[in-house]
Amino acid sequence: MNYFDKDLASLHADLVAKKLSAKELTQATFDNIKATDPQIDAFLNLNEDAALDQAAKIDAQGINADQPLAGIPMGLKDNIVTKGLTTTAASKILANFKPVYDATVAEKLADAQMINVGKTNLDEFAMGGSTENSAFKTTKNAWDQTKVPGGSSGGSAAAVASGQVPVTLGSDTGGSIRQPAAFNGIVGMKPTYGRVSRWGLIAFGSSLDQIGPMTRGVKDNATVLSAIAGHDNHDLTSSTQAVPNFAADLNDATSVKGMRIGLPKEFLAEGVNEDVKAAILAAADTYRKLGATVDEVSLPHNKYGVAAYYIIASSEASSNLQRFDGIRYGYRADDVKNLEDVYVKSRSEGFGEEVKRRIMLGTFSLSAGFYDAYFIKAAKVRTVIINDFKAVLKDHDFIMGPVAPTTAFGIGDEIKDPITMYMNDVLTIPVNLAGLPGLSLPAGFSNNLPVGMQLIGRPFDESTLYKAGYAFEQNTDFHLQVPTLGGQN
Amino acid sequence: MNFETTIGLEVHIELKTHSKIFSPSPVAYGADPNANTNVIDWGYPGVLPTTNKGVVADGIIAALALHATVEQHTHFDRKNYFYPDNPKAYQITQSDKPIGHDGWVEVDVDGVKKKIGISEMHIEEDAGKNTHERDHSYVDLNRQGTPLIEIVSKPDIASPAEAYAYLEALRQRIQFTGISDVKMEEGSMRVDVNISVRPVGQEKFGTKTELKNLNSFNYVQRGLEYEEKRQQQVLMSGGAVQQETRRFDEKTGETILMRVKAGSDDYRYFPEPDLPALNISDDWIKELDAAMPEMPTKRRERYVNELGLTDYDAMVITQTKEMSDFFDATVALKADPKMAANYLQGDVNAYLNEKQVDLQATKLTPANLAGMINLISDGTISSKMAKKVFKAITDGEEPKAYVEAHGLVQLSDPAKLQPIIDDVLSANPQSIEDFNNGKKRAVGFLVGQIMKQTHGQANPQVVNKLLMTALQQ
Repeated sequence: MNYFDKDLASLHADLVAKKLSAKELTQATFDNIKATDPQIDAFLNLNEDAALDQAAKIDAQGINADQPLAGIPMGLKDNIVTKGLTTTAASKILANFKPVYDATVAEKLADAQMINVGKTNLDEFAMGGSTENSAFKTTKNAWDQTKVPGGSSGGSAAAVASGQVPVTLGSDTGGSIRQPAAFNGIVGMKPTYGRVSRWGLIAFGSSLDQIGPMTRGVKDNATVLSAIAGHDNHDLTSSTQAVPNFAADLNDATSVKGMRIGLPKEFLAEGVNEDVKAAILAAADTYRKLGATVDEVSLPHNKYGVAAYYIIASSEASSNLQRFDGIRYGYRADDVKNLEDVYVKSRSEGFGEEVKRRIMLGTFSLSAGFYDAYFIKAAKVRTVIINDFKAVLKDHDFIMGPVAPTTAFGIGDEIKDPITMYMNDVLTIPVNLAGLPGLSLPAGFSNNLPVGMQLIGRPFDESTLYKAGYAFEQNTDFHLQVPTLGGQN
Repeated sequence: MNFETTIGLEVHIELKTHSKIFSPSPVAYGADPNANTNVIDWGYPGVLPTTNKGVVADGIIAALALHATVEQHTHFDRKNYFYPDNPKAYQITQSDKPIGHDGWVEVDVDGVKKKIGISEMHIEEDAGKNTHERDHSYVDLNRQGTPLIEIVSKPDIASPAEAYAYLEALRQRIQFTGISDVKMEEGSMRVDVNISVRPVGQEKFGTKTELKNLNSFNYVQRGLEYEEKRQQQVLMSGGAVQQETRRFDEKTGETILMRVKAGSDDYRYFPEPDLPALNISDDWIKELDAAMPEMPTKRRERYVNELGLTDYDAMVITQTKEMSDFFDATVALKADPKMAANYLQGDVNAYLNEKQVDLQATKLTPANLAGMINLISDGTISSKMAKKVFKAITDGEEPKAYVEAHGLVQLSDPAKLQPIIDDVLSANPQSIEDFNNGKKRAVGFLVGQIMKQTHGQANPQVVNKLLMTALQQ
């Protein structure tokens, strides 16, 4: 079985009614993965024995009817640490790294009795937009295996899109949940910065990183976010804001009535593919038909986002990744003569090209004599971008636009051209800089490849995004379409 | 040529918190290597620091104790460098907004008082420790994350003696706040020193050298004295001082070149993104200020002006807060201040030195010391008897009970002493005759006899008085 026609609510109902056991469901998930992953390459390693044991235990206890996630399989992006289960961040430098603790999100999903089936592929240390920067393998787009799945959470997106698992977690520093969700025709939420604990997320850009759910539908996504969100004593940047039961509010397909939506003209400007534009304009019409108003608005400094982001994220990364020094854990080069050698050789051999590029970029931006011109300037740009969003969101309930300027591109097409690759993030990056929630959901197709729509909300107002996403989903059928995979359907 | 000297001191003090600055691991000494560590201290992938609020409070207390301005909107920064004892390859510290700035302490060198400025003080984490054997190096991260306050002086210190006095003033004030043990010998106070000299009148500071291996205030002063002369001689012989790091040799008292500095290190400081900015409220500062103990300078004034101690006594008593508190508590129990000060400086200090313990680790209490002093003052016991009583109170005994139990009560009642004196006189007519013939030594003999009869309990003053009266009749 695959998960194409099952949402979490129906799986839960089947489990409660004992039409299905957690163990059967978990076994079916591994069967799915084994059937399709040779084509997709979504998973880096599987947690088969432990997952089946856990499922059997949950079956023995009986499925709790009040626990909507109990007994349901999920996958975690491999930059989320899992106790005793190899966690690599898709880097050679952590190839054999077995953490001694669990990330808060892993703990929370375990508490919700979800079953962790394995770890999904990503761009090394979440740096990239195609998973081509993984040290181990390139994940393929679920819709067309010659195309990239997006990134960096490409493995998590393709695993859900190809029906292997109903839920995965990704992480998003500049678009790494939303863009692969868009490329694979699924739903991905980048929550407000501080909504979800980062404890156990291998840091890339600490002031930007957020973990979020990737699912087939909006309601499923909302259910999972409620389970992973909330303040964590281990993460002082996590918020004490109350966490709503997001899914509970999703019953009314017309709830956008009376809402004001902003559509930034910069989001449909030059460089955005015509089909993508058309899909977003059509989505705007759908919202108008549902009783919302859609205004053209402006985010005038949006275009500076990419430059500011690559300075801030790379600066933070250059510092965050210094701990991979070959001393305490991870890869250590063999032929070393002294301490300098341990550092230089272990890191030169352990990190991939893109990671090294960003470490150098960040190191440069923080260096004496350049700090003010780069890091400080970028921080100022960030403030200006925050103010742009504030101005628009003052009298608009949310902002809509495309997730990415194009649909999924071909494997190998852009990997040699970092700047083109970086520009793919032009519409997602500003949201991270501003710390706002961003929801990516299916909004159309172009040449049989999914087009994603992005909804951007006020801080800690994921609720409005889910409502608007749900209303759109209930009034369209893009989310019902599924890819054709070898022997699957 | 006349020179003037400029000395800069960077003092690190280790705070006495229960847990580390950014992790819940305990701060404790003597544990097995890496026993007091967790994933945060290892710089493990995915971990985040959490700020120990007690460390921020200590930072505020230190700022208040050193007359510094508390920076109410502050944050942490990362200082990036690779070293095996630095597991994250960055130290979380404070760079552009230190928690305290523009403070001062007053020093007194040979009776001349001077204020020495403190430019800034910041809170930060300590690193671990590397040890090296022939073909292995070991990393112990127990110390990693121990909270520190770094205190940086302004270029006001003009002599090695002032440097010593500054360190002593700093040590005392911090010691009184109770946030640190501030002991050089235990590493809870560490000093980095730089010094430059320039011809009098020259506007530009001279090139400075840094000194290492200064493990006591004395070594700081001696190292600076040597370095001051060395730099003067270099300049007088037409040479130039190099920017270099020199090691103080304890045996010879000389400084030895370790390395010449080429340019400055680039630590790529930037704001720590894992920790929210700190907003320190007025109320919090007020609360900590209200709980601040009276500082040593204030106490010395009070001891001299109100209790009649000498400057020297007051200085010795205020070496540590424990000693000073003990003195205050003893005096509060009506003990004579001068006697209390003498006992603390004499018998008590000798006892602490002999046992190698701190005052608070002994069984001595202000109540028992005051009790003993009061027994001396009211004539119940002699100061000779007090030797025995002192020993007893170091074992925690109550002096009055001890004195009674051991029959140490001094015989001062004339009505009881008179018959004994009469007996002794009638038994020693020769001595009376000797006295009458001008042999004053006879008195000593007679007193001895009386002391013997009373098993040493007779009050010598009373005995003397009664005996003289009897002899002169």
